[in-house]
Amino acid sequence: MEKYIFYILSFIIIAFAVASVSSRKMLRSVIYLLFVLCGIAGIYFLIDYNFLAAIQLTVYAGGIIVLIIFSVLLVHHIEMELEMAKVSRKILTALVCSLGLGVFLYTIYNNEFVVVENQITTSTADIGGKLLSYDAGGFILPFEVVSVLLLAAMIGAIIIAKGRKLNDKNEEAL
Amino acid sequence: MIAGISIYEILTVTSILFFIGIYGFITRKNLISVLISIELILNASVINFVVINKYLYPDMLQGVIFSIFIIAVAAAETALAVSIIINLYRQISSVEVKDTEIMKY
Repeated sequence: MEKYIFYILSFIIIAFAVASVSSRKMLRSVIYLLFVLCGIAGIYFLIDYNFLAAIQLTVYAGGIIVLIIFSVLLVHHIEMELEMAKVSRKILTALVCSLGLGVFLYTIYNNEFVVVENQITTSTADIGGKLLSYDAGGFILPFEVVSVLLLAAMIGAIIIAKGRKLNDKNEEAL
Repeated sequence: MIAGISIYEILTVTSILFFIGIYGFITRKNLISVLISIELILNASVINFVVINKYLYPDMLQGVIFSIFIIAVAAAETALAVSIIINLYRQISSVEVKDTEIMKY
C-alpha cells in the first residue's frame, strides 16, 4: 500500500517540478511549485517524520509560496508570457543535466548502503530536546544563531524593500 | 521507513528533482523563476538529509535538525530575495536577468 502511495507521490513531484520550470505563465509556475512542496510533505508523512511534514506545510506552502505570489503580483503583468531561452541552449542544458544525473545515479547504485530495518517513531519532544540540549551533540548554539539570522533577514528585507524613493520624499517633507 | 521502498528509489527521485532545479536555474530568464528553481534544489537536498537519517541512522536526529535549519535559512533567503526583486523593479521597472547589470542601488 505505502509502496503505491510513494510511487504516486514521486510521480506528482517530478511531473509538477517539470511543469514548474517549463511553464510560460509566471503564476502557474508558482502554483506548480506549491504542488511539488505538498508532495514532499507527503513523503515526510510516509517516513514517519510528522513534525517535519508540518514544518514543510506551514513554512513552505504557507509562507514562502505566499511571499513569491505577492512578489509576482507586484512586479509582473499576469497576461505577459515569459521570455524563453533559445532551443539550442535548452537542449544543451538538458544534455548536461542528464549527464550529471547519470553520474549521480551511477554513484548511488554502486554504493552499498547499510540500511537498518526499523520502525522507530520520532516524537516532537525528542526533536525539541535535541535542539535545546547543552550536551555533546546538542544543537543549542546553531538554534540561537538561526534565530539571530531570521531577525537580521527580517530587518534587512524591510530596509531593502523600503527603498530610496520613500527616503527622498521624507527629506523633502522635512 | 517506507515498507517495500529501498533507499535507492528515494535517492533516484531526489536526484531527478535536483537536476530539474539546475535545468530551470540555467534556462530561465526571470529572477522569480530562478528563485523557484533554487527552492526545488534546496528541497531535494532536504529530502536527502531526512531519508539518509531515517534509513541509515534511525536512532539519531541530526538529519531532521539539519533539515529544519535548511528550511529556516531558505525562508530567510526567500524573504531577502523578494525584497531585492521588489526594490529592483522600482529602480529599473524589470525583473529580467539581462536588465540587471549594475550592482549599485
